[in-house]
Amino acid sequence: MVEVVVSGVLNGLVYALISMGLALIWGITDVINFAHGDFLMLGMYTAFWLYTLFDLDPLFASPLAAIILGFVGYATYNLVIRRILKGPPIAQVLATFGLSILIRYLAFFFFSPNYRSIQHSLVSGSVKFAGFQFGLPQIVTAVASLLVAAALIYAIHRSRWGLGLLAVAEDRQAASLVGVNPDRVNTQVWIVGSAAVGLAGALMTTFFYVFPGVGLIFVLLAFVAVSLGGFGSVLGAFIAGILIGVVQSLAGFYLDASLQNAVVYGLFLLLLWVRPQGLFGRW
Amino acid sequence: MVYPLVIRTSLARHILIYVLLYGGLGLSWNLLGGYVGRVSFGHAAFFGIGAYTTMGLLVKFGLSPWIGLPLGGIVSGLLALAIGHPTLRLKGHYFAMATIALAELLRILFNNWSWVGGATGLEGPIHISWLTLTFRSQLPYYYLALALALITAGVDYFYVRGKAGYYWRAIQGDEDAARSLGVPVERYKLTALLLSAVLTGFWGGFFALLVGFINPNSVFDILISIQIVLVAVLGGVGRSAGPWIGALVLIPLSELTRVALGGRGRGIDLIIYSLVILVISVFQPGGILSIWRRRDVTRGA
Repeated sequence: MVEVVVSGVLNGLVYALISMGLALIWGITDVINFAHGDFLMLGMYTAFWLYTLFDLDPLFASPLAAIILGFVGYATYNLVIRRILKGPPIAQVLATFGLSILIRYLAFFFFSPNYRSIQHSLVSGSVKFAGFQFGLPQIVTAVASLLVAAALIYAIHRSRWGLGLLAVAEDRQAASLVGVNPDRVNTQVWIVGSAAVGLAGALMTTFFYVFPGVGLIFVLLAFVAVSLGGFGSVLGAFIAGILIGVVQSLAGFYLDASLQNAVVYGLFLLLLWVRPQGLFGRW
Repeated sequence: MVYPLVIRTSLARHILIYVLLYGGLGLSWNLLGGYVGRVSFGHAAFFGIGAYTTMGLLVKFGLSPWIGLPLGGIVSGLLALAIGHPTLRLKGHYFAMATIALAELLRILFNNWSWVGGATGLEGPIHISWLTLTFRSQLPYYYLALALALITAGVDYFYVRGKAGYYWRAIQGDEDAARSLGVPVERYKLTALLLSAVLTGFWGGFFALLVGFINPNSVFDILISIQIVLVAVLGGVGRSAGPWIGALVLIPLSELTRVALGGRGRGIDLIIYSLVILVISVFQPGGILSIWRRRDVTRGA
């Protein structure tokens, strides 16, 4: 049972890492980024190709993947998002949805639908702790998740930059009146949020297989994590991600593996009914 | 109707039927999403329930879809009633997420429910007759779709031009202000959800009969939910003609590119499809109908 919970926490930390970037983007620019899962996929492919072509271990490829995805986020914001911010929210959602399909099928076209994996990395193998065995790659990714969470939460709540983010999230016009440039903040948030998920993807190649549709597996859970935690809260998304991992793991163990996500969605619905603003939601 | 005589190829008729299907779905969705403003990304939930009710009653109990199809709508309506009150309290993104969770939940549950075939699904009996609404040719399905489309359009017309339409738009404008002015907000939100769910359920039942075979991954799929939203938004949200126009553009686009380019298995048709979605949502976020609107405004000035 302990093993189930710990395994759930480890998975949950992965979900948390994926979701924090989304929470940042969603919370500050108020855009549902349907392409977030596909950004994750791009991060995974980055690590895969760096490994296959240059023998670069995913551990070291991950900062590079973060940088590349940061560029992708920047490009997405400038080419697509900025233009749709003035429009109705539904159009925004459709734009990111179209982007998601576009990225996914371009990957499908260029990388082929074959499943890829990384056979040997620096962090392969497993670790024995208190009589249980855990995969080292998952632990490394979990640690990375904790570090990113700490860095993001610290930066948002303690630094001047972070306060600017919160200001724009709360009231764009007022923020611009006191000297915070909302457009610049939006760009930065998209860069950071995308970089975070790029990092997640790169690290995940050490224990997950890579294929163009991989984003779909995680994106819905990331959405649930962000809304469960309360929109606009990075800490909320982090904790919610861990919760989802644990619930999923316990449900898979006590009920049935194929029902585990049903339990996640069901509990999510129940929680929203009781607390319409999520765990740490601002409204 | 003239069309079936003019449009003779099987592909054209297939596209026409699907245009009616998605136009009708978009219009049903629009009641809740366009007028009241509660954007649902989980309408596949109602669609799937309608499909399974109709097909399930036909396959398991031999109940004719003449009764099964309306029942599909009713059961969807019951689902809407059950979850309506707490879910409608949610706003904006939270509401959207809740609808996604609902549809996914149903998809997974039905995948594991062996009585209705689990992941394999249900296959309609090959008993061609007007009693089972199963046909070999597409023509009767076209007429059925037309009838459903007329019902959907009728409901839309009747409600939107009446008191409900005013109340719904008021709720979308400012829910609290509307409430303070005496608008029975809760009741009308629920009405919109109910109508939307029931109509969507009808179309789900129709789809089951049309295709003859359903499974959870095909009828509860989030892509169906998104396609419904797409159709309504591309055409013009909150306008009665919107979803029909959206379907008229989107369905032929996706079907024709799939037929022409999809065969090679490289997904080029979807690349084109997604580019079109992107271009329209970025450059014309109000939907296609807003092009006309803008012209009227400048002419007036």
